[in-house]
Amino acid sequence: MAEEVILLDFWPSPFGMRVRIALAEKGIAYDYKEEDLKNKSPLLLAMNPVHKKIPVLIHNGKPVCESLIAVQYIDEVWHDKSPLLPSNPYERAQARFWADYVDKKIYDLGRKIWSTKGEEQEAAKKEFVESLKLLEGELGDKPFFGGQAFGFVDVALVPFYSWFYAYETCGGFSIEAECPKLVAWAKRCLLRESVSKALPDPEKVHGFVLELKKKFGVE
Amino acid sequence: MADEVILLDFWPSMFGMRCRLALAEKGVKYEYKEEDLKNKSDLLLRMNPVHKKIPVLVHNGKPVCESLIILQYIEETWPDRCPLLPSDPYQRAQARFWADYIDKKFYGLGRKVWTTKGEEQEVAKKELIEIMKVLEGELGDKPFFGGEKLGFVDVAIVPFSTWFYAYEMCGNFSIEAECPKLIAWTKRCLEIETVSKSLVDPHKVYDFILQLKKALGIE
Repeated sequence: MAEEVILLDFWPSPFGMRVRIALAEKGIAYDYKEEDLKNKSPLLLAMNPVHKKIPVLIHNGKPVCESLIAVQYIDEVWHDKSPLLPSNPYERAQARFWADYVDKKIYDLGRKIWSTKGEEQEAAKKEFVESLKLLEGELGDKPFFGGQAFGFVDVALVPFYSWFYAYETCGGFSIEAECPKLVAWAKRCLLRESVSKALPDPEKVHGFVLELKKKFGVE
Repeated sequence: MADEVILLDFWPSMFGMRCRLALAEKGVKYEYKEEDLKNKSDLLLRMNPVHKKIPVLVHNGKPVCESLIILQYIEETWPDRCPLLPSDPYQRAQARFWADYIDKKFYGLGRKVWTTKGEEQEVAKKELIEIMKVLEGELGDKPFFGGEKLGFVDVAIVPFSTWFYAYEMCGNFSIEAECPKLIAWTKRCLEIETVSKSLVDPHKVYDFILQLKKALGIE
């Protein structure tokens, strides 16, 4: 039976990028559908009526929503190739913890960096760098968060690298200067085709952020 | 080799109750340690240095943090008894989605109901009811979210029912009047011994909230 896999997505979304990477790691052919978030498709609204957000993975007509849930689904269905989660329950719990940490911290702090100024922006930059340093500590000397192999936490975090240039430019700071090990890790990930093809050009992301700032009246 | 299982917890925490219930369902013996959140123990700070929050499950000296991650860890470590998650990957993704939905929506709104007044409180009450109606829709005619038996989503949600009385008293409304099916489901869960033993008395929760309000200077 032929598998039908569709991904409803939006090109700069780090959450969408996670799913693109997971599908590529597993070698799954899929139909990529770009959504206009100002004019959401009937398909998106039908497939994610609860949150009305991307990414949505549609597998043989059935939707899976929320990026980390979709990545775990992909890992469980296409389990024969490139496992993303470890097999040991304790290590799986640790991987889920760190992916959840990325979800709790990185997106919102990053957003504050490009959408605020002054005191608020400085506080966000400081907390953002602290979060990245904590992640650097967790990475340690391993090539990937998953150890020798690229895994779940790497997939969860690396998409945000495509937004670093935008954060740096808006915030007037250098992430590489603060977190060189993390940037080295991101570049290592980018050597993987699944990652380099999933992540957009950081300059394009910056252009997108500048348009958003204009739209929201952020100077 | 004897398993050493410790749960660092705080009696009114819905998140802690989830873990108590899952451990009870699996018949796992554990040591319950009550934390004073105004004076966190060294053990808690060492076991959860990142968030410094309860619940924390400590299994043979190794910590697992974040309640839904703990639930999945318990499920995977003690798989032979009372499975909480379905075996089918799509149904597992759906279960994870609804547990995540509760985490995203419920706690924050519930908190607003007991900490605010006037317009803000009315909005929070309205949104909370809407969320409960969405959950009722998902439950449908099934006895439990997990189907015929208690499952992951039931374990994730039922602890919040211990806070319903406090929300109703603070917000001056009746959840049963608005969402009778959800209340019926709550009562059905409470007929199960593991649930009734793991959940706290709603009146005690209300007293706790009144004390918190006083301490926070909320009228």
